[in-house]
Amino acid sequence: MVAAEVRILAGSGVCGAGFRAESLEEGIGKKPHFIGCDGGSTDPGPYPLGSGETAFGRSSIKRDMRLMLLAAQKEKIPLLLGTAGTSGGHPHVAAAKEILLEIAEEEGLKFSLAVIHAEQDKNFLKKCFKQGRIKPLDPAPMFDEETIDKAERIVGMMGEEPFLKALDNGAEVVLTGRSSDCAIYAGIPVREGIPAGIAWHAAKILECGAASVEQRKTADSLFATCRGDHFDVEPLDQDLRCTPQSVASHSLYENADPFRLVESSGTMDLSTSVYEALNDRCVRVSKSRFEPATKYTVKLEGAEKVGYQTIVIGGVRDPYILRQLDSWLETGEANIHMRIADIYGDTITRNDYALNIRIYGKNGVMGPLEPQKELTSHEVCLILEATASTQEIATSIATIARHKILHEPIPEWSGLITGLACTYSPAHIERGAVYRFNVNHVLEPMDPYEMFPIEYMNVN
Amino acid sequence: MKTIGELAKLVRSKNAGPFVMTIDIMFADSETYELVKKTGVLNRRMVSEIYQMSENQVQFFEVDNCYAFKISIPRPYFQGDIRDSDSHAGQQYAPFVNLLVPGT
Repeated sequence: MVAAEVRILAGSGVCGAGFRAESLEEGIGKKPHFIGCDGGSTDPGPYPLGSGETAFGRSSIKRDMRLMLLAAQKEKIPLLLGTAGTSGGHPHVAAAKEILLEIAEEEGLKFSLAVIHAEQDKNFLKKCFKQGRIKPLDPAPMFDEETIDKAERIVGMMGEEPFLKALDNGAEVVLTGRSSDCAIYAGIPVREGIPAGIAWHAAKILECGAASVEQRKTADSLFATCRGDHFDVEPLDQDLRCTPQSVASHSLYENADPFRLVESSGTMDLSTSVYEALNDRCVRVSKSRFEPATKYTVKLEGAEKVGYQTIVIGGVRDPYILRQLDSWLETGEANIHMRIADIYGDTITRNDYALNIRIYGKNGVMGPLEPQKELTSHEVCLILEATASTQEIATSIATIARHKILHEPIPEWSGLITGLACTYSPAHIERGAVYRFNVNHVLEPMDPYEMFPIEYMNVN
Repeated sequence: MKTIGELAKLVRSKNAGPFVMTIDIMFADSETYELVKKTGVLNRRMVSEIYQMSENQVQFFEVDNCYAFKISIPRPYFQGDIRDSDSHAGQQYAPFVNLLVPGT
């Protein structure tokens, strides 16, 4: 079957980041076959996945979701919402679903909804691990049964198949847990007969909304038309332009390899793609390829709690201290550790907490990657950072750190010095729980649906 | 002699997932891109020297259809982990900005 045309409207790069209402309307005027939008990413770091919270506020998500839902309902076209609530775990999906139902009630909407879950059962993961079905990507942290136990949650990134299954079963709105951003957009055109290379490349451009324009002003909607051997892409804000370079360069963004992008069901190969300007704001893309995977894989994402953190922010301006900053801090750090040992004895050892001193003005931004070794600034900012198993211990260590660094002597001055300009009183700031990503692996499922149960409901 | 910052239309860095970071150096037209490419100033070895890592840790791409060089390296610390200093890896491109390009 060869489809005449599949027209796709991407609401925004992320549900909650926003778009111009006029842009969405402009897109609706072009009669899209469906509207898509993802709701998340790992970009905000491990905190949302670990804590169950969303990166954008509830009101931001609700505003975007309302406009897209109203538009899709009015046009009677499907709305596909991927990676609900930033990370697509159970609490994130629950939060997004609650917002969606609230909008439906406020607007008096009736539709069939499919909610697809992506948070993985730990016993299932352990079984797969034992069967050798969980494989590391590069670079990957250590992974074993303990990793699974320690994780706050592990989600699987679904492909296009669960979306299509939900639509086949009559869903008008599909809200999912963690999903591939591209899978939201690629499933329908591929099934309608658009060559996979074209559909997946269009999906890759669409999934970031208007990020592929020449001069991005703000997050916005984007429109693509897939047609036979090519797709055309254009922004909906008349002031924005897509150029061959702006569209081509989007394949660089957030990918390690600009030519090959791996999805569950295959790999996009953009090395032969051709980009041509149709006019001064619309670009035609052709000759992109997609290699079906020999083995279907689902990417896993997980986060574990590292502990609780408390920080102290302060500055150093004394030129005598600055010229011996490293050794001054080294001695200071040793004194902090000694004081902690004095207080806690064997109950808290060096392995039970982490003390980290960041030096802004030296290598605060680049850390070990900083090529410039000598200090050239007249002042530096220090962040004394304590992480421990409880907030109380972290704060205790941070207060010790403040006091030790505050009065750490240097040979040039005799008498008590105060070498740290503390910004706040109290000097410490409790940061709460902190998390780390603990999985960079793929799972080989029995089929594309095994890990993603679908819940259907009639909203009215 | 001009710098990469003066010649490029965009130099940026970003996460490519939580475990890898990527740097894009993009030029406005094929002439400037080809000029820089011809000098050979951007290559895997110099990137490994800037970031003080071994050459085999550096992925280096010349992306002709968007007049860009692309570099991907493992993060020194995973995104958000203790001691990670740039959650989005957004400021790791800085050493390229003032890099001198011979013959320009």
